[in-house]
Amino acid sequence: MNFAYDFDWSVLWRDPYGVMLIKGLGMTIFLGISAWIIAMAVGIAVGTLRITKYRLLRMLGTAYVEVFRNIPLLVQMFFWFYAGPMLFGETLSRQINRLDGLAIYVSIIGLGLYTASRIAEHLRAGFASISKDQYHAVLSTGMTQVQMYRCVIIPYALRLTIPPLTTEFLTVFKNTSIVMTIGVAELTFQSYQIDAETFHGLEATTGAMLIYLLLGMTVVKFMDLVEKKYKIQGLMGR
Amino acid sequence: MFDVIGRNFVFLMGGLLTTFELAVLALAGGIGLGMLVGLARLSKNPWIYYPITAYVNLLRNIPLILVIFWFYFVMPIIIGEAMAPFPAAVIAFIIFEATYFGEIFRAGYQTISKDLTAAAFSTGMTYAQTARYILIPIAFKRMAPSLITQSIVTFQDTSLAFVIGLTELVRRSSIVDNMEVRSIELYGFAAFVYFIVCYTGSQISLYYENKAREVNLI
Repeated sequence: MNFAYDFDWSVLWRDPYGVMLIKGLGMTIFLGISAWIIAMAVGIAVGTLRITKYRLLRMLGTAYVEVFRNIPLLVQMFFWFYAGPMLFGETLSRQINRLDGLAIYVSIIGLGLYTASRIAEHLRAGFASISKDQYHAVLSTGMTQVQMYRCVIIPYALRLTIPPLTTEFLTVFKNTSIVMTIGVAELTFQSYQIDAETFHGLEATTGAMLIYLLLGMTVVKFMDLVEKKYKIQGLMGR
Repeated sequence: MFDVIGRNFVFLMGGLLTTFELAVLALAGGIGLGMLVGLARLSKNPWIYYPITAYVNLLRNIPLILVIFWFYFVMPIIIGEAMAPFPAAVIAFIIFEATYFGEIFRAGYQTISKDLTAAAFSTGMTYAQTARYILIPIAFKRMAPSLITQSIVTFQDTSLAFVIGLTELVRRSSIVDNMEVRSIELYGFAAFVYFIVCYTGSQISLYYENKAREVNLI
C-alpha cells in the first residue's frame, strides 16, 4: 500500500466543489424524474400493445422491447446525440445542433425510451397475472376495449407491479450517470470534473457514492409509501 | 453509405475483441466470486454475513460508471503506480458484477431443500464439500436463465469502460466518428453488433427457461 497519497476530503465541501456536487445531484434528480415520466407513458403504451388481440400491434410492442433491451444504453445515447439530429436532414440538423441544452433533452428522451422497454416488460408480467375472468367481467358490464384497459386493467396491473417498478425507479437514477459521456453535468460528471481540477478524484467519487446511496434510500422510502397507499386489499402483502 | 464500416472494419472488430475479452474475464470472475458472495449472504456467522451484505447493498445502489472511476482512482494508490484501463476495468467489473451474480446464487441456494444439505452432512461431507458438490451445481442449473440474462447485461455494461479510455467497440466507433463524422453508420453498426450478440443470448436463455419448465425443474 502506498500511503504517499495525500487525502484531501475538503474537496467535498470546499468552494466551488461542494456546490458542484449539489448542482450535480440536482441535475441527476431532474433527469431521473423527467425520464421516468416519459418512460411510464411509453412503457404503459408498449406494455399494453403486447397483450392486445391484434397480432401486428403485439409484434410492434415486442420489437420495441427487444431493440431497446439488447443495445447498451451508452450506444443508444451516442446514437441519439450524434446521429439523431442527422436523421432530420442537413438543414434541420444544423438548427437542432444549435439548440441550447440539446444534450439534456437527448438524455431525457434516450433514458426515457430505454427505461420504457423495461417498464413494458414488468407490466406484461402484471397483465399476465390478472385472470381472464376479470377481462370478461369488465367487458360484460358493457365497457369498450379501450375503457377496459384504461379504467380497470392498466390501473390494476400498475398496482400489482409496484415492487419491480421500485427497482426500475432506482435504476433510472443510477442510469442517469451514463449521460456524463455526452457532457451533461450530473453527479458523476461533477465528481469527475473535481478530479480533473484537483487530482482528488478518489475523495470526490467516494463522496458521490455516498450521495447516490442516500438518494437510493430516499427513493426506497418514498416507494414504500406509494406501495402502502396503493396496496390491493385482500392480496398477500409484506 | 456504409463504406466507412468497410474501411474501418478491422479496427472496429479489434474493439469488439476487447469487448469480448473484458466480458469473458468479468463473467468468469463475477460468477466465481458471486457463488461465494451468495453463500456468504446465507451465512449464520455475523462476521461474514454483515460485511458481505453491506458490500452487496452498497454496490447495488451505485452506478457502475462511478464504480469504474473509483477503482481507476484507488488502484494507483494501492499498487503505487498508474494502472492501464484494461486491468482496472476487469477488477471493477468483477467486484461490481459479483454482487448481482451473488444475489442470483443466493436465490438459487434458497430453492434447495434443507433435507438435501442435511443428508450431505450426515454422510460426513464438510460444509465446503457440500457447497462444492451439492449447492453450487444445483443453484447453477436452476438459475441458468437468470445467469444468462445477467451475463447479457454484463456484456452490455462493458461499453462503460469507454469512460476510462479502454478502446473497446464503442470507443473505437467514436474514434472513427471523430475523424469521418459518420455517426449514423458507426453507432448504428455498433448497436447492430450488440443487438445480434445480446438477442442470441436472450433466445438461449429463453430456451433453457422453457426446457427447465418442461422437466419441472423450476
